Amino acid sequence: MQRLARQRRRGAVASAAVAALAALVLVAAPAGPASAVPAAPSAPGVVPAESGVRTTDQMVDVGPESDGTAVRLDTRLYLPAGTGPHPAVLLAHGFGGSKESVDKEARQYAADGTVVLTFTARGFGRSGGRIHLNSPDFEIADGKALLDLLGSRPEVRRDGTGDPRVAVAGGSYGGAFALMLAGVDPRVDATVAAITWNDLATSLFPQGAEGSTDPGPYKQLWGARFFGASVGSAGGATGATGPAGATGATGPSSGGTGGTTPAGATSPADVLCGRFDVTLCRQLQDAAETGRPSPALLATLHRNSPRPTIAEVTAPTLLVQGESDTLFGLDQADANAAGLATAGTRHAVRWTDGGHDGASSNPGLDEDAARTWVRTYLAGTRTDALPVPAFTYSLPIPRRTDTAPVATLDTYPGLRDGLEQVPLRRPDRPAVVLTPPGGQPSSMTSIPGLGATELPTYRLAALPGMSAAFDSTVLDRSLTVVGTPSVRLSVTSTGAEATLFVSMWRVEGTDAVQQRSLTTPVRVALTPGKATDVTVDLPASVWSMAAGSRWRVLVTSTDSSFTTPREARADRITLADPVLEVPTAQGRIAASSTERDTETLALASAILGLLAGITSAALLRRRRRHREAVREDYADIPLVVDSLVKTYSDGHRAVDDVSWRAERGQVVGLLGPNGAGKTTTMRMMLGLITPDSGSVHVLGRPVHPGSEVLGRVGALVEGPGFLPHLTGRQNLEAYWAATGRPAEEAALDEALAVAALGGALDRPVRTYSHGMKQRLGIAQAMLGRPEVLFLDEPTNGLDPPQIAAMRPILQSYAATGRTVVVSSHLLAEVEMTCSHVVVMHAGRVVTAGPVTELLASEDTTVFELASVASIAPARAALAGADGIRSVEVVDDPTKPTVTVVSDRAREAVVRAVVESGAEVVGVGSRRHLEEVFLGVIASSQGPSGDGSGDGDGAGSIVERLRQVRAR
Amino acid sequence: MSKPLSWRAELRRQLGRRRTLWMIGIVVALPLVLVAAFSLDDEPGRPGDPTVRLVDLATGGGPNFTVFAFVVSAELLLFIVAALFAGDPVPAEASWASLRYLLTAPVSRARLLTSKLVIGFLSTATLVIALPAWSLVVGTLAYGPQPFSILGGGELPWAEWLPRMAVAVVYVLVMILPIGAFSFWVGVRSQTPLAAVGGALVLLIVSGILDSIDALGDWRKALPGHYSRAWLDLLVSGPVDWTDLRHGALWATLYTVLFLALGYRRFRRQDILS
Repeated sequence: MQRLARQRRRGAVASAAVAALAALVLVAAPAGPASAVPAAPSAPGVVPAESGVRTTDQMVDVGPESDGTAVRLDTRLYLPAGTGPHPAVLLAHGFGGSKESVDKEARQYAADGTVVLTFTARGFGRSGGRIHLNSPDFEIADGKALLDLLGSRPEVRRDGTGDPRVAVAGGSYGGAFALMLAGVDPRVDATVAAITWNDLATSLFPQGAEGSTDPGPYKQLWGARFFGASVGSAGGATGATGPAGATGATGPSSGGTGGTTPAGATSPADVLCGRFDVTLCRQLQDAAETGRPSPALLATLHRNSPRPTIAEVTAPTLLVQGESDTLFGLDQADANAAGLATAGTRHAVRWTDGGHDGASSNPGLDEDAARTWVRTYLAGTRTDALPVPAFTYSLPIPRRTDTAPVATLDTYPGLRDGLEQVPLRRPDRPAVVLTPPGGQPSSMTSIPGLGATELPTYRLAALPGMSAAFDSTVLDRSLTVVGTPSVRLSVTSTGAEATLFVSMWRVEGTDAVQQRSLTTPVRVALTPGKATDVTVDLPASVWSMAAGSRWRVLVTSTDSSFTTPREARADRITLADPVLEVPTAQGRIAASSTERDTETLALASAILGLLAGITSAALLRRRRRHREAVREDYADIPLVVDSLVKTYSDGHRAVDDVSWRAERGQVVGLLGPNGAGKTTTMRMMLGLITPDSGSVHVLGRPVHPGSEVLGRVGALVEGPGFLPHLTGRQNLEAYWAATGRPAEEAALDEALAVAALGGALDRPVRTYSHGMKQRLGIAQAMLGRPEVLFLDEPTNGLDPPQIAAMRPILQSYAATGRTVVVSSHLLAEVEMTCSHVVVMHAGRVVTAGPVTELLASEDTTVFELASVASIAPARAALAGADGIRSVEVVDDPTKPTVTVVSDRAREAVVRAVVESGAEVVGVGSRRHLEEVFLGVIASSQGPSGDGSGDGDGAGSIVERLRQVRAR
Repeated sequence: MSKPLSWRAELRRQLGRRRTLWMIGIVVALPLVLVAAFSLDDEPGRPGDPTVRLVDLATGGGPNFTVFAFVVSAELLLFIVAALFAGDPVPAEASWASLRYLLTAPVSRARLLTSKLVIGFLSTATLVIALPAWSLVVGTLAYGPQPFSILGGGELPWAEWLPRMAVAVVYVLVMILPIGAFSFWVGVRSQTPLAAVGGALVLLIVSGILDSIDALGDWRKALPGHYSRAWLDLLVSGPVDWTDLRHGALWATLYTVLFLALGYRRFRRQDILS
């Protein structure tokens, strides 16, 4: 996952390549630039664009080639909105690019209110001529002509006749162009030169041996890339160098690359050199083959560099350079800065982590700096204070982040400031490094253009026998290395000249990684067999050396990026000084450089919002809670159930307008068939279920979830519930502990007496039988002697003696002025235990009252009939008689009964029934609860009160009650 | 008169449970099992093979062993601990049918959840802290007191490693909270212990699967568990990069608050039918 995270970062870096500076970066892709961009209008034409910027394409005549061929440059002028005159910016593109590659920047500068002139350099795209690598005689002279053009435009603000107020900006090839133009043309008012060279010779033939001016090995991979780009573009860029007078968009038939070449014919030089100047091309090819530059080439490269003219630059200059740029390193920018400092010209140095090998991780910051620079010095004078810090550098990207922290200093310290010494450990034996015959295989420390990729790894770099490693001790403190580390080596060689490559790694266990993919080549002349000391300047960059880390200087005999000697050689390498000297800096980390952590902000606000919502909801609820209805008039009534309604989410109305009450001293039986709503009612009485409407008051206090009055209620609902891993006693103790009331209020012994579990009390509950749990449940309900006791099916699972024992317990409990509510199916049991009953059916209370009243009264007569057939005549006889208040029929085939309540004398009723022809087998005045129960339920079933006859349809009342109530 | 369902009372309800004892047993046994397993490895790596073997790292001293044990257990075990201790108590009471008696004791709904959560969190924290502490003891006795060696090279001295490891333990504790809170919410909803723990594991696994899909890009940051390994950022040489730790902790806090709030909201309104 760590690795995933790292890859993710890399992906983000790669995607940031759209950045502005990336477009300035030399385009190493070999595709012909002209073919890659849409064809621009060849004739001067005005293209209006968004944000009021208008563009004009124009071919501009510049100086001819050395063979006299006329050359025209493909240009585009961007005119900003508003009336001028405006200051101007001349934008140069990178090697292999064209005016199209800087279109985005041009539009940004134009949107800032400047006139922008872009052009395709000589030898590229649709422009004519050949590539001279920024020769003062050709490309730089072209620049002067472009300044003349700007000076002649009425839209451009002028400092004098033909002197436009102008900044020159560019990257790489264009950066050198900008510096060189500013060095030869004092009309330039500001310069931005990005990732470019000071001396092309030292860039292509770098030399890391301190004090040596001899050219080092050739950067062959980069050289090959340029040739590839140039040769590749030769075929694609047809008509790029049109004959004089042509519009520049000549057809393929005139595809010659020089005015002197007959159309259609190609000389070997053209094929091999593309649009390079032929002389320069041959010199470069020779150098690539031998690995050594000819004096003529060196002279040309020295001349085609800002170095000779940098001291003439008076325009304030911003130097932007990449910290892991394998083509133009920080030493080149340092040399430019030194030249500018000598001349006393205002300048600032900005090191980014972009360059030719990858895009900057802070493209926006780099772009802002350039625009600020241009804006400031186009508006003011050359002596204005720096608008950006004099020195800005990027630290290595921390783990798992996308952007490099940026630090600044008020002065540019150069590459060797704040020196610190990192001790190196001398190896036990001097390392011998072999250069194999033919120079192969080659170590790989960096691949040009792919600096940001994982490759190459240490194992590709440190080939066995061809490398020597010098490790530092473990760092005892953190260092930020800014500049050129150096190490002093002692080399004893078998040859007269040693070529070595030195790079710096961080040791990670048995592996090592490069924070910066950079290598410095060293070429020293020496006497064979004699030790020669050489101080090696490693590549300049910025490293974070954390405390506790270990660093390694790796010396290899070959490097695939460079042309290496092909003769076999062996060098013994030791440390002349066991130290790695590192320059350090303590810059201020710019706050703006740390990416604004939107994730943190968003998350923190989301959390705060959520908490605020929760708090306000809780406050609202609390306020509502205070308005709960205390009924003082119920204060003495243990239980009042008032108009309870509960409809479950499936639409089943379990309880429908149920009201009843229980007084002190009563044992109330709650009766009803399955599904009558007894349990739902009981759960509502305990606050376990919230009623849809209605209320339950215990001693005047409303019952709701968690209401304190429940502390005065003991309950056993739908079976006991205990923690199986605790013993019976522990369970009761745990329950009482949960109430939070003092242990002495529990009356534990009394409850245990009810449970009568004996020795089983100290066994875990999971070993209990059903009846034992039931008794423990009743005991738990009675803990603390609650004023109201709800027992749901208390006799469930009890054997007859236990049931019989339970009866007096409940009665005596109620006799103390408390109230017991019992729901049960055992009607006989209820009849014997309860003083009052409430009968529920189908969610409603069908009857309620004292047991004695329900069971017996003067006006009630119960007939037991011989058969169901006798019911009908009996009913008929009673229906017609006066004074009959009600007739209840129980059509139980085994014991059909008719119960009559009437105002008439009992003997008259008996006579009437007997005379009707019904076969009466018994007459009584007292009913069993079962009869009452079945009777009231039968009569509550609406019209079936007189429908005993249609028993064939719905079956008998008993049969109907046996069926589970349909939902 | 103390508050209903005091923490002590709740602790007593949970302490003797089999699953609590099992979890304690696993945490006690894990370092011993690891040491025993490493001792079976008598192949000292091929000479010249530069690849560092995990075993060699883990057995290089007490701190290394502790980090190894913590890495392997922070992957799943500690998440299960959190899911179990936070998610199981409420549905467990429901399945024992004792929930209704607690509520009519009476313990208010919020109080019941709070007590169960506090004890669940404290038990989780105890195990999360005990595991590395016990591993450190076992590792130091078995492999000696060498300081922690950083994977990327270098060492962290004890004085630096201990406080960082402490922060790492706290961070992991924070990271497993959302899973616990989710389990709690599912447990309150479903009133089934299995659904609570299983649901949390499914969430963890699904989020792990989604996290491995690169195409989801930055969306994966929102997955619980995405930042669960960020504590390894602490065990590096030099200054600590707090970015991922901060993000991870904030995401965890957000989810924890969200799921806890959902749980409370649900339980406040719920009809107890168990």
